Amino acid sequence: MSGTMLNVGLDAAQLTEQRSKVLRGFARGDRAFSLTTLIACWTVVIILTGVMVALFRGALPAFQAFGWEFFISQRWSPPKEIFGGLPAIYGTLISSLIAMAIAMPIGLGIAIFLTETCPMALRKPIGIAVELLAGVPSIIYGIWGLFIFAPFLAEHVNPSLVKFFAPIPLLNALFANGSYGTNVLTASLILSIMIIPFISSVSRDVFETVPAVLKEAAYGLGCTTWEVVRKVVIPHTRVGVIGGGMLALGRALGETMAVTFVIGNAHRINPSFLDPGTTISATIANEFTEADPGLYSSTLFALGFILFVITFIVLAAARLMLMRIERRLGN
Amino acid sequence: MKRTGKNLKNSPLKAIMVFIGIVMFAAVAAGFNGSPAYSAEQIAGAGATFPYPVYSKWADSYQKETGVGLNYQSIGSGGGIKQIKAKTVTFGATDAPLSGQELSESGLVQWPMVMGGIVPVINVDGVKPGQLVLDGATLANIFMGKITKWNDPAIAKLNGGVSLPGTSINVVTRSDGSGTTYNFTYYLAEVSSAWKSEIGVDKAVEWPVGIGAKGNEGVAQNVAGAKNSIGYVEYAYAKQNGLTYTRMINKAGKAVSPDADAFAAAAASADWSSVPGYGVILANQPGDSTWPMTAATFILMYKSPEDDAASAQALKFFKWAFEKGDTEALGLDYIPMPKSVVDSVEAMWAKEIKGANGKPLI
Repeated sequence: MSGTMLNVGLDAAQLTEQRSKVLRGFARGDRAFSLTTLIACWTVVIILTGVMVALFRGALPAFQAFGWEFFISQRWSPPKEIFGGLPAIYGTLISSLIAMAIAMPIGLGIAIFLTETCPMALRKPIGIAVELLAGVPSIIYGIWGLFIFAPFLAEHVNPSLVKFFAPIPLLNALFANGSYGTNVLTASLILSIMIIPFISSVSRDVFETVPAVLKEAAYGLGCTTWEVVRKVVIPHTRVGVIGGGMLALGRALGETMAVTFVIGNAHRINPSFLDPGTTISATIANEFTEADPGLYSSTLFALGFILFVITFIVLAAARLMLMRIERRLGN
Repeated sequence: MKRTGKNLKNSPLKAIMVFIGIVMFAAVAAGFNGSPAYSAEQIAGAGATFPYPVYSKWADSYQKETGVGLNYQSIGSGGGIKQIKAKTVTFGATDAPLSGQELSESGLVQWPMVMGGIVPVINVDGVKPGQLVLDGATLANIFMGKITKWNDPAIAKLNGGVSLPGTSINVVTRSDGSGTTYNFTYYLAEVSSAWKSEIGVDKAVEWPVGIGAKGNEGVAQNVAGAKNSIGYVEYAYAKQNGLTYTRMINKAGKAVSPDADAFAAAAASADWSSVPGYGVILANQPGDSTWPMTAATFILMYKSPEDDAASAQALKFFKWAFEKGDTEALGLDYIPMPKSVVDSVEAMWAKEIKGANGKPLI
């Protein structure tokens, strides 16, 4: 368009020539742009593959030495070079699961309160406060957990938990001992505090996408707030809520610093949540600097590779779940 | 080209991309041209965390005196060994000495630089620092989970006048690989054959009981924060945190308190020339006043370094530290090496560490 205006008075041939030059310029720019975005995209793929290959190569000696035994062995003896990954894998999964079990209801509760029942004037400050929680660096949670939270739990909470669950079979095994402040439950509690903001802010954002007319209609039919949330808001936003949950789970699985401080770092599987344990990331953070080159280092690579795979499986499972929900809703 | 101005106007993206391009180019160019972050006036070293406070104190004074600085990365003994073998630093530092074979294979020399003590620390109501006495076998059994109560007869027998509770012992260990753990487990293996065969000696071991905490400060905090606990830390951490340390029964059968004299006694009675690279572990040394868990920390350097000037700088610094660093070391609760050892090390430098021209570097 601008070309034509510039060239008023020129003959038709020149005009076409000019115009196609401009268009060629545009096409070139477009190609360059799409190439740039393509490179950006491939960079991620290449880095991801590179990390995976590097981890696997590092892990290979350990996998060759221990085979499948690595996944079921509880031994962890650097002097004898006997390594089993089970305690770390178990600790990673159990601490994340407990954290999710605590954080999911609380995070959803915060989101529901903020979108449905909170007075308008309070919505913003509370929302910001929750988001600030997400901005606290994990080392701060670790220090706070070690210096304040863990001693507090050991002295005031653990004894009453043990006493309360003592007469109940099964549960009394899960809540036994409790003489250490740093244990699996402490780590899970710290993790849950860290992931609540993820769950609540994502949930709040998707709850706000529910069309007001739907909710108004439900209220008009005489629904209580609980019924509106359960029958209208949650079904409408299920995909987003699960997405937020998976984001939180991903963070919990990989969290290193805070967990290292408060989980107790013991390579043992104890039935009790009040006993110390360890996670994959805590083990790597603890032992990598002093690990001798060779089998010990390779074992830590192997654990890193396993964590990579676990995270991948979790994300893939989340995708799959979302796809099934979407398909079911589509039908 | 006439239209350039107009095209740019409707594509701020292009401007941004050009800007990013310039920044990236500048960064790459800087990366190619840039010399290493430190100049020739910086000695580069890496390794053990335990001596880091005293090395940096020495470095500070040395720089004021000579203008030559020290860039010491306290990344751990394992990291120090890896870095000196990769020749990225002029010297490496390690708490666990390398064996004579490993030294000769890699062309390295090794010597002890400074010493410290490892002390058991406890948190038991009513027990004051130095009040409780333990012997090696009892300590090993506690850390193996064979003694689980504070009023166990084995502990009670050694502590006639001390009233001990019937509560479980909470064991606190190091979760990170560390030279402290190496020296601690070395001592326990010396005094307990069960420890030697079942657990072994290393910078990290398979602890049968207890929790792991990161670093000396982590163990100190966990012991201070949990009643009825026991852990082991470098002496400086016990002293500075005001923790309740125990006395130990040494090889001579005498109960000793951890202090500078007791650590120095361990070094004095050791036979340093018995092991290549002075790799003597000062655990369970003879002598009436000897603290049984004393440990030296070591320096590693190449016999024929690639950079003669840098290595000469490093040796000058170590010579200075041996001659003028004692007061500062003692102030930080480290123990200087005895005169006889220093003389022997300096003679070894002259004999072993040679420049490209075949002459000693110092």
